[in-house]
Amino acid sequence: MSARLQDSPVRAVRWVGRAAVVDVEGDVDLGRSVAFQMSLLRVMDDGPERIVINLSDVPYMDSSGVASLVKLLSRSRRQGVPLRLASLSDRVRSIFEITRLDTVFDIYPTEQEALA
Amino acid sequence: MSRTVSDRPVKLTICSTPEHLSVVRAATEKVCRAIGFDEKGTTQVILSVDEALTNVIRHAYGGREDQPIDIELAADREAPAGGVRIRIRDYGSFTGPVAARRPEPQALRPGGLGVYIMQECMDLVEYERADGGGTLLTMLKRLPPPDGGSDG
Repeated sequence: MSARLQDSPVRAVRWVGRAAVVDVEGDVDLGRSVAFQMSLLRVMDDGPERIVINLSDVPYMDSSGVASLVKLLSRSRRQGVPLRLASLSDRVRSIFEITRLDTVFDIYPTEQEALA
Repeated sequence: MSRTVSDRPVKLTICSTPEHLSVVRAATEKVCRAIGFDEKGTTQVILSVDEALTNVIRHAYGGREDQPIDIELAADREAPAGGVRIRIRDYGSFTGPVAARRPEPQALRPGGLGVYIMQECMDLVEYERADGGGTLLTMLKRLPPPDGGSDG
């Protein structure tokens, strides 16, 4: 399967000071996770001091989408850049809980709290 | 309980393309709700079906996107309170059973969690070689008893 960058669920990257806020939109599943990962890793190249992934418009995420975020977390830790997830729906949060990855990600109820 | 779902299984045949996954998720949600699953149980079944289909696309068909996958979603009457029984049949390489890897969150290893998710969320996950080649996966999730109990 080829990466279809036009299908990336990353809708926009906003800058709040030196923090990059990544707006994600739509389901993140096998069809979009490769493009998702490429978009996320590209944000690291812009040298943010912090990354906040806003998932408020993501109704569903599967393990391939979670794997993309794990890859980003791994890289952000190596580079000393805090990564925070914000505004997860119950359905998206559940996959983090089932896989126990809620214990390694910093998850915040809102974008504002993640930026505080 | 919806008579349509309880009396007759929902049968779908999709192509092995990720673009069809959302259609199956929508159908799975409808069936689970009609049977009586709550949000948590419905999410667990959707995740399990999605992970199973992802494995078929990736492993049984090696990423080829034009191969058939048959899906059957049916009410299960054998459990005391009922439940949902799902059959997923492919015609590719035999893919199961695969040992589930327990999550090691601190290791930050991306991927490889699909089978674990299925086993964690469902009451039964059973692989068998299908007649004529390929794999038949059967999954079952029971509804909790009416007097309470966990839906997980």
